[in-house]
Amino acid sequence: MIGPSGSGKSTFLRCINHLEKIDAGRLSVDGELVGYQQRGDKLYELGDDAVCKKRSEIGMVFQHFNLFPHMTALENLVEAPIRVKRESRAVAVERGRRLLERVGLGEKMHAYPKQLSGGQQQRVAIARALAMQPKLMLFDEPTSALDPELVGEVLDVMRGLAEDGMTMVVVTHEMGFAREVSDSLVFMDGGVVVEKGKPRDVLANPQHERTRSFLSKVL
Amino acid sequence: MSDITSGQRLGASPGPRPEAIKAIPVRHPGRWVSAILVLLVVAQVVYTILVQAGLKWEVVGHYLFQGLIRGGIVVTLELTVLAMIIGVALGIVLAVMRLSPNPVVSWVSWFYIWFFRGTPVLVQIFFWFNLNLVLPHLTLGIAGTPFYWRGPGTNSLITNFMAALLGLGLNEAAYMAEIVRAGLISVEQGQSEAAQALGMTRMLVMRRIILPQAMRVIIPPTGNETISMLKTSSLAFVAAVPELFTRGEQIASANFNVVELIFVVSTWYLFMTSILTVGQFYLERYFARGSQRELPTTPLQRLRRMLFTLHAPFVASIWRSTRAR
Ligand SMILES: Nc1ncnc2c1ncn2[C@@H]1O[C@H](COP(=O)(O)OP(=O)(O)OP(=O)(O)O)[C@@H](O)[C@H]1O
Ligand SMILES: [Mg+2]
Repeated sequence: MIGPSGSGKSTFLRCINHLEKIDAGRLSVDGELVGYQQRGDKLYELGDDAVCKKRSEIGMVFQHFNLFPHMTALENLVEAPIRVKRESRAVAVERGRRLLERVGLGEKMHAYPKQLSGGQQQRVAIARALAMQPKLMLFDEPTSALDPELVGEVLDVMRGLAEDGMTMVVVTHEMGFAREVSDSLVFMDGGVVVEKGKPRDVLANPQHERTRSFLSKVL
Repeated sequence: MSDITSGQRLGASPGPRPEAIKAIPVRHPGRWVSAILVLLVVAQVVYTILVQAGLKWEVVGHYLFQGLIRGGIVVTLELTVLAMIIGVALGIVLAVMRLSPNPVVSWVSWFYIWFFRGTPVLVQIFFWFNLNLVLPHLTLGIAGTPFYWRGPGTNSLITNFMAALLGLGLNEAAYMAEIVRAGLISVEQGQSEAAQALGMTRMLVMRRIILPQAMRVIIPPTGNETISMLKTSSLAFVAAVPELFTRGEQIASANFNVVELIFVVSTWYLFMTSILTVGQFYLERYFARGSQRELPTTPLQRLRRMLFTLHAPFVASIWRSTRAR
């Protein structure tokens, strides 16, 4: 998902896991409505517990990592599986270890976020989201706050996820990455989807004037 | 010039060291003047207390560790600890209520803080102490209907100690609520968002993510409140609770050695607040974990480092002289 600042990309991601309430329309994930339940022709708002349960199936990664600073990397990973999914500590820790190793941070298991570089923090944040075994991952500009030389390590992890078949919605300004990894590309502006299609088509041959002018500035 | 352009000095090869600076240091006459002034004042105060005041030091010495005083210390500590437990626990609840999206809950908290912060602690203690005058029995519901419950006598439930504890604790909760609220607000918005995105409920986010981080902001003023409470607990005097100050006052009114007992009581208050100050340091250090790359050094560590750096020039000079030989 690409688009200029303020075009509503973050807002859209936040709607998908109901951090933001939608005023109109229907939004469903994996065939189920988000935040509401349809019974007959009536729409019922979901209670807190149901909303939380739905959210736990969707992972989210933020621009500014938002790791819990008072917990080590491993504790960041096991917190939600233990408290939300009620997994046993042993199971959660075992998966946490494997995930940290997978993102290349096996040795940093017991480091606090402040002791990690930006790229390392973002990789922990991705592992934290994965620890809930989500059906869908949302990424909101995961590399925008990183030094250029740290961007690669985070993109590598995401590329690996894509290859393993994880469904991901990624907001990014890394056009090369978008072209290479994504199945479909969405261009947003002014709160609406302006254009959508195969990444190669949209990037190489944009149909709308707005898309063209945006791409001419970022490519 | 050649140094820079030739690139000789920029590499690994060390050139000749520049000459060490030998300058005459700036004089600080102000420091000497102020030191002399302070010494004069201290000497005068000590002289007045020791010689002029005619204090009976043997009385001070006798009562410092006397049984009644020791008992008073225990009661003071009990009051302080229990009142702070009530204050902190209720304060956290009130702060969370105050930030609740439920307007009724939020207003209840606002009203509590308004009321208990707006009236003097002394008056509140006095109120609980005298409640039985207007309410001999605790009751619930409406008299004469089935919805009526008559509890035990007010006096049996609200003893003198309880009256002081309620007054101190409930008042403290109002102040703690504001301290805790400031701490909760200080935690970055992204934290609760990240936690919510993981599927954590509001209560869980508060308990596991927000509160622990808020602690870093909450602890220092809470330490302050505890130290303040230790001394404020002397207001339990009006409820005739036998805490430290009350005991001192009782002894003094029997033997008229008022100033001597003020001395004894103050010594103990000072001693206890000093201990609390040390405790506060270690508590802050514990809750600072993860917020800094390195924890602040403890006084012990600092002492060790200071001794080492004091020795360092000495060690270095020996080392240099052995090498020169
Ligand atoms: N609940 C809401 N209802 C209506 N408008 C909103 C709501 N929340 C945010 N907005 C507005 O929507 C716009 C889009 O914000 P958003 O953060 O989604 O942009 P963005 O595309 O992520 O930009 P950036 O690239 O800078 O992160 C902003 O102008 C914001 O003020
Ligand atoms: Mg955004």
